[in-house]
Amino acid sequence: MHSLDSFCTWLAATPLSQTVQTVEWIIPAVQTVHILAVAAVMTSVLMIDLRLLGLGARDQTVAAVTRRFWPFVWWPLPVLLATGATLIVAEPARALENPVFILKMGLLLAAAGVTLACEIPLRRNGAFWELSAGRRRAARLIASTSLPLWVAVIFAGRWIAYVQGA
Amino acid sequence: MDSWLQSLQDTAIATAIREGASLFPWVECVHVLALTLVIGSIAIVDCRLLGLTSRDRSVARTTASTLPVTWSAFVVAAVTGGLLFSSNATTYAHNSYFQAKLLLIALAGVNMGAYHVFLGRRADAWHTPALTPVRARIVGAISLGLWIAIAACGRWIGFTISAPT
Repeated sequence: MHSLDSFCTWLAATPLSQTVQTVEWIIPAVQTVHILAVAAVMTSVLMIDLRLLGLGARDQTVAAVTRRFWPFVWWPLPVLLATGATLIVAEPARALENPVFILKMGLLLAAAGVTLACEIPLRRNGAFWELSAGRRRAARLIASTSLPLWVAVIFAGRWIAYVQGA
Repeated sequence: MDSWLQSLQDTAIATAIREGASLFPWVECVHVLALTLVIGSIAIVDCRLLGLTSRDRSVARTTASTLPVTWSAFVVAAVTGGLLFSSNATTYAHNSYFQAKLLLIALAGVNMGAYHVFLGRRADAWHTPALTPVRARIVGAISLGLWIAIAACGRWIGFTISAPT
């Protein structure tokens, strides 16, 4: 991992990284924005999953609930990437050499994949997950997989602060 | 006050959270998850009050689907927050961001209570899928601002107290 070490050292020495490290309010402010964007994603996923599981907003169709909340699953993502990248620039080794950060990225890909698997059929047909008993079961399975995955992403995010890099 | 905080900090559970290797981070994980759901579900209602989203759905129906999430997540956030507080009660109690956070949560509660008492009974503002009156929009804006400030205070507590950030 020699090249990653030297990349982290180089990045941490750049003027941008030095600024983020020394101006005291930047990191907590960026983390606050990151958490607020997480709140938008997590709550939207929960509202969609509760509907798919038949536990919430049953006066609305799955299509209506997903139309309402999809934008708030995807549009915080650029904000999360930008704020996350800023935190990496501030302390490259804290994230890039941290196994929990790698785990978080893996969980994020899995969570996003499951969420997309739910969304793509709905784009073609809003009633897709309600057309048969089999599809309703599949939708419940997707919902109950997606929730723990997104929760795991959040937990891994917090654990980055407690696990030392390699 | 300080002796009460000290005895809270000396309880077996507070000691376990403070001295255990992984108890504090796990409780913090649950706290973060719960607070994202509290803020997210309140923001859904605030944005509806502001007329930004869910315009085709009445405020009453929007609230009915989010309130169970808000309250259950709030209970979890309060319990986990209390546990984190107990682990270092004397330090947290004197931290100005912690004090500000509690004050802002109380203000958010007053704002929500005032809304329900003074505006929530107005059927037109509450039960029809339409733009809300200006007063309701002000309540939504105040609530959104307060909860953003509460999240910020929470994060700043971590940076002004010697603990991993």
